Amino acid sequence: MANISDIPHLDVEPVNAKRNRPPLYAARKKIFPKRVTGQFRRFKWLVMLITLGIYYLTPWIRWDRGPYAPDQAVLIDLANRRFYFFFIEIWPQEFIYIAGLLVMAGIGLFLITATIGRAWCGYTCPQTVWVDLFLAVERLIEGDRNARIKLNQGPWTAEKILKRVTVHSSWLIIGLLTGGAWIFYFADAPSLLRDFVTGQAPVVAYTTVAILTATTYIFGGLMREQVCTYMCPWPRIQGAMLDENSLTVTYNDWRGEPRSLHAKKAAAAGQVVGDCVDCNACVAVCPMGIDIRDGQQLECITCALCIDACDNVMDKLGKPRGLISYATLGDYNANMALATAGGASAIDPRRVKNADGTLSEKVARFRWGNIFRLRTLIYSSIMLVISAGMLFALLTRDRLELNVLHDRNPQFVVLSDGSIRNGYTVKLLNMIPQPRDVVLSIEGLQNAIMMSPEMDHSEGDKLQVRVEPDRLRELHIFVRQDADAAADDDQTFYFVIEDADGGERAEYRAKFLRP
Amino acid sequence: MTEKHIDELSGVETTGHEWDGIRELNNPMPRWWLWSFYATIVFALGYTIAFPAWPLVNSATQGVLGWSSRGQLTQTMNEVAEAQADLRAALAEKSLPEIIADDKLYRFARSGGEAAFKVNCVQCHGSGAQGSAGYPNLNDDDWLWGSDIESIHHTIAHGVRYAGDEETHVSEMPAFADMLQGPEVRQIAAYVASLTRDPSDPALADAGKQLFADNCAACHGESGTGDQSMGAPNLADAIWLYGSSEAEIAAQIRKPKHGVMPAWQARLGDVTVKQLAVYVYSLGGAKQ
Repeated sequence: MANISDIPHLDVEPVNAKRNRPPLYAARKKIFPKRVTGQFRRFKWLVMLITLGIYYLTPWIRWDRGPYAPDQAVLIDLANRRFYFFFIEIWPQEFIYIAGLLVMAGIGLFLITATIGRAWCGYTCPQTVWVDLFLAVERLIEGDRNARIKLNQGPWTAEKILKRVTVHSSWLIIGLLTGGAWIFYFADAPSLLRDFVTGQAPVVAYTTVAILTATTYIFGGLMREQVCTYMCPWPRIQGAMLDENSLTVTYNDWRGEPRSLHAKKAAAAGQVVGDCVDCNACVAVCPMGIDIRDGQQLECITCALCIDACDNVMDKLGKPRGLISYATLGDYNANMALATAGGASAIDPRRVKNADGTLSEKVARFRWGNIFRLRTLIYSSIMLVISAGMLFALLTRDRLELNVLHDRNPQFVVLSDGSIRNGYTVKLLNMIPQPRDVVLSIEGLQNAIMMSPEMDHSEGDKLQVRVEPDRLRELHIFVRQDADAAADDDQTFYFVIEDADGGERAEYRAKFLRP
Repeated sequence: MTEKHIDELSGVETTGHEWDGIRELNNPMPRWWLWSFYATIVFALGYTIAFPAWPLVNSATQGVLGWSSRGQLTQTMNEVAEAQADLRAALAEKSLPEIIADDKLYRFARSGGEAAFKVNCVQCHGSGAQGSAGYPNLNDDDWLWGSDIESIHHTIAHGVRYAGDEETHVSEMPAFADMLQGPEVRQIAAYVASLTRDPSDPALADAGKQLFADNCAACHGESGTGDQSMGAPNLADAIWLYGSSEAEIAAQIRKPKHGVMPAWQARLGDVTVKQLAVYVYSLGGAKQ
């Protein structure tokens, strides 16, 4: 038996030792993003203008569809179960087109992420756009970063109260306009606006506006980056979408490190200095409040404002732009290898620079091949195939349809002369906004004629039926077959409808039952 | 226990209870949870005051709001009745041909008639109105008491051989068991069968021809096509209420069965009976 003192004490630290375990909850640190100018900021303003413009203005575009359909270009008519999009009208059973659109949107997100990373997050996501707008308002009233920090820390003076009330009420007004614009997609916009302000609109309209006002205000004004970091699944998914050829916002530490606040002094002392002067401009402008120099992280929405901020500093210092830039992991690794001599030493920016301070020709830069590669071409061709298929289906789809349901009880009736009668519920769908006269007939059933109580009981092998514009008409049709008709075992036949003018035709297979 | 005891590991106060050296941590409920809980208690109390709740010996408290499930049903039914008032008034006012000609009224009457049929008529006529032996099929075009919508309406309203209604259809076929002798019943049965097919014995049918003319033609007609004014069935068609075999026909001659249908006007009211007539008409067998 061994002595206790013979058991060696191992020096090991568990990765999640209980005494070191941090709480799962972390209080939010308020972020005060600084104003920045530059090409990406300009681009973001442009995108905001376009996306908000589309959102607010679309319901007001008119589109003439004749007297029998609404003249709103984009309208989701829930009451009548119709969706209008310019020249396209979709019935509920055609929802597959919406599904196709969603599939395309999904693959589009793959494509964009594989090429330029989380561009959706950084530029066009509604959360980003509205937060940007809210920040602009906040900045306009409270001033830039330092002024806002000061105001936030300061006591509740009359000025602070006034500014805060102005900011929050502006946010609420934006929220109200946001929620307000939403409901116009679901009803005729001008008349709904009139009803809305006069208190005549349906309760659901007011409820929707109230909810969307609240969510816009809370998400855009109060929660902001927390929505992206904690609520949105996309930051978690993106890791699987990116590869070494995807462009992401990257801090190029192969030329930035070792960073130094006193670069000149350090250089004079003969130390190795990188381009980063540790000014923290990139951190100050970040709406997510992170430091891009810590590398890719799930909080980063790749809005590229840090690129603008850093480029401005580089310009002032007379150094080449792009210390923070859109770069691929492949290029980054190549440049890193260059700067560290293949990992043999610490980063030495001199290895990637020429004597005059410009970047060496050996540095890997953006190439179009990063965008047009197999993966993105596959995504693009999938999208192309789906869109071509949808376009084809859309252009050749039926606008006249027919559904037939055989009566279940009784399945057949013997009439006094011995002939057999079957009953069918026939639904005629006129899917264009014009009234249509269609001819209903039966084909392929021996010695048979039709009759409908809704059509004056007159018997015949054809019925002329009027169908209202954009409506379904239901008829009960009785088909009678003579007693002595040679009854095959399989009495399959067709109901056929034909547009009297347009020549459009639809048929439905039905069965005739006998005793 | 007066002394506070703090658990060393978690730093949380314990309740003071101890079992075999195991102490219970006193982690209080979150405030928001507790207040929500109290709020539900207050709400529940208010709820039981506002609505029927507390059981008493023979009944329960009625609640100050005066709500009752029956009252709610009545209210819903009244709302429906109010919403349908215009249509029902139109049904009461207009004639049956006018109702049929008006698409909206026709659909309303047909739906209402179908519902009323499912409640009042399916017991005999079947859920698809297809009938059964002794109970007429209402889908076909063979009618005992008239095939136009007015006649159908009259039959539903006043019934068949129904003692409680003065306008009911009354005529009955007499029992011939005592009036005819020997093979006469079989002869007539064979003749009736021969109207629509080959009889079992043509000689028997020939013998029955004169007997039919003497005894039956008064009601069923020379050619056996019946008379709807007295409910005499058409014997020359493919539809048989009590069976088509010669034995079944003979049984019906000896001692006829007679169907009885109640009069519905007094029970269901004018509008519902009109709806029923429209529904039966819509089944496709009625004459235009």
